Amino acid sequence: MYVAVKGGERAIDAAHEWLADERRGAPDVAELSISQIREQLSLAVNRVMAEGSLYDPDLAALAIKQARGDMIEAIFLIRAYRTTLPRFGVSAPIDTGAMRCDRRISATFKDLPGGQILGPTFDYTHRLLDFALMADGAVSPEVKEGGPTDAVPLPHVTEFLDREGLLQPEPEDNTPPRDLTREPLDFPADRPLKLQALARGDEGFVLSMAYSTQRGYARNHPFVGELRIGRVAVSMDIPELGFAIDLGEITVSECETVNQFTGSKTEPPQFTRGYGLVFGQSERKAISMALVDRALRWEELGEDNVGAPAQDAEFVLSHSDNVQATGFLEHIKLPHYVDFQSELELIRRLRAEAMMASTGPREAAE
Amino acid sequence: MSYNFAYLDEQTKRMIRRAILKGVAIPGYQVPFASREMPMPYGWGTGGVQVSAACLTPDDVFKVIDQGADDTTNAVSIRRFFEKTAGVAVTEKTTEATVIQTRHRIPETPLSADQILVYQVPIPEPLRFLEPRETETRKMHGLEEYGLMHVKLYEDIARHGEIATAYAYPVKVEDRYVMDPSPIPKFDNPKLESPALQLFGAGREQRIYALPPYTKVFSLDFEDYPFDPSKAAHPCALCGAEDSYLDEVIVDDAGGRMFVCSDTDYCASRRETGEAA
Amino acid sequence: MTPLLQVRNIEKRYGVRIGCADVSFDLYPGEVLGIVGESGSGKSTLLNCLAGHLSPDRGEVIFDTRVDGPRDVRQMPEAERRLLSRTDWAFVHQNPRDGLRMRVSAGGNVGERLMAVGARHYGDIRQTAGDWLTKVEIDTARMDDRPSAFSGGMQQRLQIARNLVTGPRLIFMDEPTGGLDVSVQARLLDLLRGLVRRMGLSAIIVTHDLAVVRLLADRLMVMKSGHVVETGLTDQVLDDPQHAYTQLLVSSVLQV
Repeated sequence: MYVAVKGGERAIDAAHEWLADERRGAPDVAELSISQIREQLSLAVNRVMAEGSLYDPDLAALAIKQARGDMIEAIFLIRAYRTTLPRFGVSAPIDTGAMRCDRRISATFKDLPGGQILGPTFDYTHRLLDFALMADGAVSPEVKEGGPTDAVPLPHVTEFLDREGLLQPEPEDNTPPRDLTREPLDFPADRPLKLQALARGDEGFVLSMAYSTQRGYARNHPFVGELRIGRVAVSMDIPELGFAIDLGEITVSECETVNQFTGSKTEPPQFTRGYGLVFGQSERKAISMALVDRALRWEELGEDNVGAPAQDAEFVLSHSDNVQATGFLEHIKLPHYVDFQSELELIRRLRAEAMMASTGPREAAE
Repeated sequence: MSYNFAYLDEQTKRMIRRAILKGVAIPGYQVPFASREMPMPYGWGTGGVQVSAACLTPDDVFKVIDQGADDTTNAVSIRRFFEKTAGVAVTEKTTEATVIQTRHRIPETPLSADQILVYQVPIPEPLRFLEPRETETRKMHGLEEYGLMHVKLYEDIARHGEIATAYAYPVKVEDRYVMDPSPIPKFDNPKLESPALQLFGAGREQRIYALPPYTKVFSLDFEDYPFDPSKAAHPCALCGAEDSYLDEVIVDDAGGRMFVCSDTDYCASRRETGEAA
Repeated sequence: MTPLLQVRNIEKRYGVRIGCADVSFDLYPGEVLGIVGESGSGKSTLLNCLAGHLSPDRGEVIFDTRVDGPRDVRQMPEAERRLLSRTDWAFVHQNPRDGLRMRVSAGGNVGERLMAVGARHYGDIRQTAGDWLTKVEIDTARMDDRPSAFSGGMQQRLQIARNLVTGPRLIFMDEPTGGLDVSVQARLLDLLRGLVRRMGLSAIIVTHDLAVVRLLADRLMVMKSGHVVETGLTDQVLDDPQHAYTQLLVSSVLQV
């Protein structure tokens, strides 16, 4: 006698126990501490903060630990936590002009006021495995020159172009932007909404979209006008006090691209820009975001829609969120036997009818 | 650390309730809502969970089914979530439940006016696979331009000799909105006309829609190819029911199979009360 | 007699450039109007403004509706305008790919407009679709094939069938013979002329091909740089052109 499968509850409990055990790994290896992850896997922490949309390095490190290093899982943990947090208010826009930069480079000018600051970058490292890091207790060399303490506010590179009128000005707009986390995504999306979606979009997705524009799918000739990474103050108006106070500092990466623009009959040629801003040191993401932002602006700038994926706001925004994407992708692991059963019956019937139709006459002849 | 009753904060629940009320006021219309990140993945019932969270009161008795069964892993997981966060009583009995969250089935036991059935919906837009653009499909709904939907059914008949849609079979609600009933088998479509309130939640796609009690629900078809909710003609191997939707179970290596009720509560109750043949 | 369509002072600009300006005319039931001019003359812009694909900057497009009589189409709510464009109006694109659903069978393509206005009997829809395929000289055995398997001429004939199946009163055509071989063009023109006469259709045909209007149009409108430079009966305009530009157009054709 057949008995339907039971035991879902027990299976789940057992799976969770096993998962906890796997997460810990071999017990004779020391357990990772949150501060180790925060300090030594800081770029992973940055990515989780950026795509989780929550600036909290400790919680991001915890999420990475709990997720066994699965970044999207860690981002998901942060998102699920974030959504339960009460909202006290809205901070003032951060002033990236006042950023204390650890890194600041421009690809458009050889030298500029404040200078190029290379900062802690992989850019000119040779990608050779450093076996010294395999040895326990390796001590990093001291920073001899530069270093965070030297940082002072630097002017934005685009300001120089702005002053000459070479760069299309962005209209000042103080309407509060729509909030992607509190309102349903709605089309057509305005630029603030697009930028929000890109800022928390999957790094890999945004990178690929940006890359596609470079390869000719809505090419827009970007130059990195400026990439800057550093600390900015976050301040908030406190109604009871009647003025803004600084709540603390966050590290962000900001990228402004300068893009070619042919001009039109009414407007002389000008450069246009794309913009990227991401939590933490996440420069790949910031540059990608700026390229995709620029590609999405085709309509506003009167360019042709060449049908490239990166120009299609509905496509880009609907598919950039990795928490949504992974959930929907992985849900096909859930049982679908009811739907499958109905397809099975349909296919059997259609096949039977087709067989009947093809074998029918022969049978009649026999 | 403790969470609010039924996990979501009251402001979020109010926002969801407003969407539900709007959905009830315009049957079959997809109301956008600001879906929250839930502690389970998108695509795993977050829409249904948010709708349930907004509906549950401490006195409710909650039931969760997935593919008709109370014991499948995701049903267990969601039931536990509300046991933990809302402390509500749970049941596997359709007749005892006041709120039933479901994925892909409507219970066989007829529902009553004091019950709410909450569906988990993956893709709420019935026109999505004919027209991928949200801006365009919203216009089609707004202007009631549903010719394309029938073109799809026409093509089915031209190619296969019948309408080859076996689940998520599109319906027209109160002669106005074309609606996706979620991926229930078409066998369940007649049960969409019900005394119970039916709510549909799509978390990832940020949509809620509703069928108020006794709403007219018409499964799209042609006059000469009428909608046919029939299923494979087998009785349940366990309870003998001939009127219930069946799962096919492979029982041995030789391809032997049997058919059993997908609604586990229905099957078990029939066996308990001796209705089994 | 009330004109079927009254066009008043239509103007469309692209920035400072004029698409078309100061265009006015009346079209009477059963009449075929040809709009000719070289590419860039504004004839396609005008057609798209009239058919509602482009929004003109000013002017009126007054259509004699069945129920309410003459109404400015531009003032109609979108729902009404879209209903009009799939019942009483038809639009034949130069490229059949723009006017057909390439992944839907020929029968489905013709049936779509019927289903859009409420036809719900599969057998009847199929019957009507079959009749129309026959009328446009497509073998009904090809009914369940997709248009991608059709030749260019067949695709264009299918597009015409798809448009005419709901018995429209006004048909807009944008270079309907554009991408076709000369021999295929002749057959299509012949077919179009027959259909237009038999159904008593009113039509506005945009083309750069004077042979097309000679065969189909009762009246001609010659456009240059967005403006109408000459109008009149087709034979009159072609045989005795008054405007220098028309003379040039006609003579360049005669040279061929």
